[in-house]
Amino acid sequence: MTSNKQEAMQATEKHELASEAERTRPGAVFSPAVDIFETATEITVLADMPGVTSDHLEIDLRDGVLTLEGRVEPTRAEGQDVVISEYVESGTFFRKFSLSDTIDQTKIDATLTDGVLRLRLPKVEKAQPRRIEVKSK
Amino acid sequence: MFLRRVLPSRRDPGSWFDPGRMLRDFEQLLDVASRSAWASPETGVFPPLNITRDSNCFYVRAELPGVQASELEITTEGNKLSLAGSREIATEKGDVSYHRRERAAGSFSRTLVLPSEVDAERVEARYQDGILTITLPLSDNSRARQITVRTD
Repeated sequence: MTSNKQEAMQATEKHELASEAERTRPGAVFSPAVDIFETATEITVLADMPGVTSDHLEIDLRDGVLTLEGRVEPTRAEGQDVVISEYVESGTFFRKFSLSDTIDQTKIDATLTDGVLRLRLPKVEKAQPRRIEVKSK
Repeated sequence: MFLRRVLPSRRDPGSWFDPGRMLRDFEQLLDVASRSAWASPETGVFPPLNITRDSNCFYVRAELPGVQASELEITTEGNKLSLAGSREIATEKGDVSYHRRERAAGSFSRTLVLPSEVDAERVEARYQDGILTITLPLSDNSRARQITVRTD
C-alpha cells in the first residue's frame, strides 16, 4: 500500500540503561538511537543526542571499542512548577560499539548539529602487500 | 472524559489472577485520563513534552533532534498550543550497508490544551541543540493576582 502521507512518528520511551556508566554518573543514563552504516572506506555513526553540546560530549576509541558519552545539563530554572513531565530531560547518553575494522584515528571526523552526532570513521587502508625476497646462500 | 472497564480480561482463562495485567490496565486508564485533560481529539503522541510554569509563563520543551526549525509549525489559539513538523533522514549516497537503523523519521502533529490562556502575541519559540523550547506568557487576565482582604 502506498500513501502520500508521511508516516506519523510514534513516541517511544527514552531507552534507559542500567550499566557501568550509570554507576559513575549522577542522573539517568540513556541509550541514544543510532544509525550505523559503512562503505568500503569508512564507517559512519549517526546518534540522536538532543541537548548535548560539543563541550559535553566524549568520544573514545580504543581496542576496537567505540564509546559515546554525552551529558545533558538540567535546564529548568528555579522557581518553575511542573505541569506535565513526559520525558526525562537531564542525564547522560551512553553507548558502546565494537568495531570490526581498524579505524584510522587521525582521520576521524565528528560533527554535532541540532543534537545529532555524525561520526565518520575512515578505515585503515589495507597494508600494501610486501614481497619478501628469499635470499639463498 | 471517558472511562474504560478495568477488570480482569476473559481472554486468558488460564490465569485467574494476573497482577501484571491489572497494573497494565490501570496504567492505561491513567494514561487515557491524563491525556484527555490536555489533548484534543485528533492529536498525535509525538514528541513527548515537558511543560513547566511560573507565575508569568508556561514553558514547553521537546526533544527534536535533527529537524528543520524553519519547517516547524507552532500555533496558539486561546489556551491551545499546536506543534507540527517532520523529521527527515537523508538517504546516504553510494554503496552503503546498514548495521543499525534505529532513528525514526516522519511527520508529527500534536495539540495541547493548557490550563490557562496565553498571550498569543508574545509566544516565543527557540530551537537549539535539538531541543525546542516554547515560552508562552500567560494572558493578563489569567495571571494570579493577590487579593487584599479588607477589614474595615
